[in-house]
Amino acid sequence: MRAVTKRKTWLYFIPYGLWLALFVIAPVALIIYQSFFDLGHHFTLGNYSTYFQSATYLKMTLNSVWYAFLITLFTGLISYPTAYFLHQLKHRQFWLLLVILPTWINILLKAYAFIGIFSQAGLANQFLTFIGIGPQQILFTNASFIFVATYIQIPFMILPIYNAIDDLNPAFVNASRDLGASNWQTFRRVIFPLTLPGVKAGVQAVFIPSLSLFMLTRLIGGNKVITLGTAIEEHFLTTMNWGMGSTIGVILIVAMIIVMTLTGDQKPKGGAPR
Amino acid sequence: MTQPIIALHHVTKRYGDATILKNIDLTLESGKFYTLLGPSGCGKTTILRTIAGFTDATTGDVLFAGKRINDVPANKRNVNTVFQDYALFPHLTVAENVAFGLTLKKTPKKEITTRVANALKLVRLADYGDREISALSGGQQQRIAIARAIVMQPKVLLLDEPLSALDAKLRREMQYELRDLQQRLGITFLFVTHDQEEALAMSDEIFVMNQGEVLQSGTPVDIYDEPINHFVADFIGESNILPGKMLDDFQVTFGGRQFECADAGIPANEAVEIVIRPEDLTLTEPTNAKLIVTIDTQLFRGDYYEIAATDDLGNDWLIHSVNPAEDGQSVGITFRPQDLHVMRFGEKEAEFDARLETYEGEEDESSDET
Repeated sequence: MRAVTKRKTWLYFIPYGLWLALFVIAPVALIIYQSFFDLGHHFTLGNYSTYFQSATYLKMTLNSVWYAFLITLFTGLISYPTAYFLHQLKHRQFWLLLVILPTWINILLKAYAFIGIFSQAGLANQFLTFIGIGPQQILFTNASFIFVATYIQIPFMILPIYNAIDDLNPAFVNASRDLGASNWQTFRRVIFPLTLPGVKAGVQAVFIPSLSLFMLTRLIGGNKVITLGTAIEEHFLTTMNWGMGSTIGVILIVAMIIVMTLTGDQKPKGGAPR
Repeated sequence: MTQPIIALHHVTKRYGDATILKNIDLTLESGKFYTLLGPSGCGKTTILRTIAGFTDATTGDVLFAGKRINDVPANKRNVNTVFQDYALFPHLTVAENVAFGLTLKKTPKKEITTRVANALKLVRLADYGDREISALSGGQQQRIAIARAIVMQPKVLLLDEPLSALDAKLRREMQYELRDLQQRLGITFLFVTHDQEEALAMSDEIFVMNQGEVLQSGTPVDIYDEPINHFVADFIGESNILPGKMLDDFQVTFGGRQFECADAGIPANEAVEIVIRPEDLTLTEPTNAKLIVTIDTQLFRGDYYEIAATDDLGNDWLIHSVNPAEDGQSVGITFRPQDLHVMRFGEKEAEFDARLETYEGEEDESSDET
């Protein structure tokens, strides 16, 4: 009887196992495998040495990290207060839905919408003209790239932070006030540290995808910012150098692992005396 | 009389249509152990939160050492709270939790270290400073919560059902410790509980509450011996409550018979309720009994037998007896006049106290004679 139950339970794993094998493990393995071959399909470590010796690639990597950092930073700066404020509202589920709503729309649609808004004759420039500043070059600037990327990522940051604030026991806030903490001290010493896991989850959800943004860099950033994502796309679709593309893919995976480790939950310090 | 440390004057609290507190008046003197006792939802925690500053009174004044503190925020009040679920900060160690309030006040590091060490010693967890909160048992967390509050040297410590999460044995131990702590520190404790045993064991004075009102206040002995009404008698300890009629001063009738009692000042022929505590009833021979009852069931409680019985009029009786009885047996029960306590319907605490004043001296004389 028990053996049957056990076998049946195991069956439930099949869909997920197949998915995992076909769409996660296999592609990653293929990318790692591909990264060791040059254009002539010979085994080589050349792709990696090219990467680490090329100022262009290293600069591109730095660029990606820097822009992903900026996007994450701005997203965080906007999302934390927003999540905090949303949590105080009466119909918070409704307001939260409004925050989530844009994520249901395809990223390309949103990108094209921003092209319209930021273009020479777009709404943004009409407004600038109206207040007397005159039309500016908004589209295809780094600032517009960061702006749109931040806009797209905000819901993914707000949700985990909101949940963390929601999970916070209000007794902690009362206890802090009771012990003499002002509102700001309570926030800095109790609320923020206790909701930090939400921020970390948000950083993971925003920073890692931001590393490999590539459609936005072209459509909004005008390819002025070349991120690792753009490079991979170019290698696979334009230069047909799959080996080099895979190598950068591996680098990206390693970067993601590093971010996950840094923002992961630290083990509790334990009860042992230090 | 000394200046009361906390006083509530006509405090009312409403949430929308619901009235949580109805015109509460209470006074706490310095250095005493007070308990707010009542069933859940009676408003006792709301009183605590009003004093702590987490909620404000809809009307009425909250006074601290004679000054109105309604508008003083919680973090500026010289009271500290031990929360029901302790609310220890999980991201800080035990020592950091206890030091939390002191670091906010920019106390010198050295002083913090010694005061934290002293507070931990006081709750007998001196070696636990480096532990994580999650590594503590419920009883230890409870003591840390107390240490975190008393390290602030508050004038008043508010305790919100702090023992309710502990098991029975630990709870009894903590009752001793809390009482002991309060006497050593000499600060005012205001303890909230729904557990009458806890309240009776620890308090100097108990406020019995129900539905947003203080029904009766007094020493544990007063409240136990002379409950003001059915609710208090029923809530505090176990009791036999019977309908009766006052015949004259010190004479009452119930169950078709007349008994001598220790109450007076009630108009003749007024309908009243009689309370007799189960431990005041003694099993005896039917010949010299005041009442004859038939034993229904009994439970062995360790130090006594809890006996359920019925008299010939169908009234249920609860008797605590050292000796067992036999199920189905007819036995006699007896009690002394002072074991009968008469309660009037709808009598307020002030009227009750005033009535007691009128004859208590008289009663003492009569008891001297016997």
